[in-house]
Amino acid sequence: MIFGSGIIRGMFVTLKNFATSYFRKPDEGGLFTVEYPEKRIPLKERFRSFPFLVYDGTPENLRCTACDICARECPPKCIYVVRAADQDGRPLRRPAAFTIDYSVCMNCGMCEEVCPFDSIFMDHEFEIASQDRYRELVYTLTKLLKSNEYFNNIRPRDAQAVDKKRREAEEKKKLAAAQAAKPKLDEPPKPV
Amino acid sequence: MEYLDQLFVFAKRLMLDLLARFLPDWIVLVASMVISIVAILIFAPLTMMYLTLLERKVVGRIQNRIGPNRVGKFGLLQPIADGIKMLTKEDIVPFQADPVLHFLAPVIIVMPALLIFAVIPFGRGMTAVDLNIGILYFIAVSSISTIAIFMASWGSRNKFSLLGGMRTVAQMISYEVPMVLSVVPVILVAETLSTNAIIEAQSAGWFVWTPWGLAGFLIFFLCAVAECNRSPFDIPEAESEIVAGFHTEYSGIKFALFYMAEFISVFAVSALAVTLFLGGWKGPWLPSWLWFLLKAYALIGVMFWFRGTLPRFRVDQLMGLAWKFLLPLALINIFVVGFWYFSPGLWKWVGSLGILGPSFWIFTKLNRSYVPENRVYRLAEDENNETVGA
Repeated sequence: MIFGSGIIRGMFVTLKNFATSYFRKPDEGGLFTVEYPEKRIPLKERFRSFPFLVYDGTPENLRCTACDICARECPPKCIYVVRAADQDGRPLRRPAAFTIDYSVCMNCGMCEEVCPFDSIFMDHEFEIASQDRYRELVYTLTKLLKSNEYFNNIRPRDAQAVDKKRREAEEKKKLAAAQAAKPKLDEPPKPV
Repeated sequence: MEYLDQLFVFAKRLMLDLLARFLPDWIVLVASMVISIVAILIFAPLTMMYLTLLERKVVGRIQNRIGPNRVGKFGLLQPIADGIKMLTKEDIVPFQADPVLHFLAPVIIVMPALLIFAVIPFGRGMTAVDLNIGILYFIAVSSISTIAIFMASWGSRNKFSLLGGMRTVAQMISYEVPMVLSVVPVILVAETLSTNAIIEAQSAGWFVWTPWGLAGFLIFFLCAVAECNRSPFDIPEAESEIVAGFHTEYSGIKFALFYMAEFISVFAVSALAVTLFLGGWKGPWLPSWLWFLLKAYALIGVMFWFRGTLPRFRVDQLMGLAWKFLLPLALINIFVVGFWYFSPGLWKWVGSLGILGPSFWIFTKLNRSYVPENRVYRLAEDENNETVGA
């Protein structure tokens, strides 16, 4: 071993890296830079950025019932819910205002986990940078609402599981309702 | 061909001829100086700007990245964007810093780097000042930057700056010794100190193709890298230890000036290495100035390559390399060149290789680093193990 031979070997490693970066593909050890605004890495299904609210069909038909559980569970307290009321002041099962401050949200996904009505889910949208924090990053109900089709599109597996669960629950409910509505003729007569 | 080769010389002569028609002689003389100075003052910062880009590109490729490519085609406008950013940044002077020293240091550090350009022969007849003591001038002027760096570190009133400054002074003074001694063989053979005459002396063959030339070139180049405070000798500005060393407390254009000095001296020492050992502007087919720039940029490329490959030296390793390896080798090299000069024919080669090879091997062995023997952890060993207590 002569003095400096290790250095020369190391130099050839970097030289090889330099030369091969011009023609090798990323998975073969070439350039791994993805030039972001033009090219993107496809997002994984379980990627999560900020919460949004799901509606079925039309935006009026939203799943949220303004139960306030997500707002109470939210660790940084970025969710603010106001329950709607009819003209008599009786509370309705939908929100009058639903606001999430995205600049406070820490993307933990706790709201999605606790929601008993499968209404709030984490989105894939992450390019929300803006000049005005207070006007642009405080998302109100109209900006938060997204269709179930969109949810199916970005997270097919989760969305299908949720849809299946909801369908089953619906059928069960219908069955129960039908059972309740039927007159009790089928009941075997009580033994006298 | 001849025209291309002397393009810049003709251009200067043309300008002077035009001036001489309606201006007195002394103004033409002054204009002659001013033209050379302006050419250098344009060339040096422009080189520095694009060397920063080149370095980022090369190091990026070594690390499998692309490097800057957003500003302009291939990032070619990146240096200009950086320059604008540097100029518009806030200039901060630390509380209780020495304002005069703090201000003067970045100004002074650029000076020696630019002054070296005066004796660099860019092509045939393209030396700004053909000094007959050119090499001595280079050695003298390049030492000034040590003072500027120490001014910066002392004037900043910052412990990191001071540590960086101390390290710089230790390093630059240490590496100047083998650097000067590695130039001595060239001066002995060429029998001159003028840069142009040294290139003329290499008409028969570049000095690097001789045993003493190769050894001298390697010593000179390593010392030159250390003189520029570049990786792996960047102990003065070791980011992981002392923030940024002597320029910790500088921002904006003052910081840019330190950077500029570093890159200009990178070019200057590469150019000097080309002049001394690689035949200067001599080469077939291409114009002389193009040959010179190609050789210089090749050496700069090697410096970037070092930067992309090697980790930083420890301070004791740094000093050890200079004093225990390069210095004795440079002294042996002076002896070898004497042998080479006075012996005939094949004896030159046999003798010089016979001296240089073994001495290289001996210095390697003597510089072997101390590796402590493997410890025996008695309690960790098996009780029945025979080796316990051995």
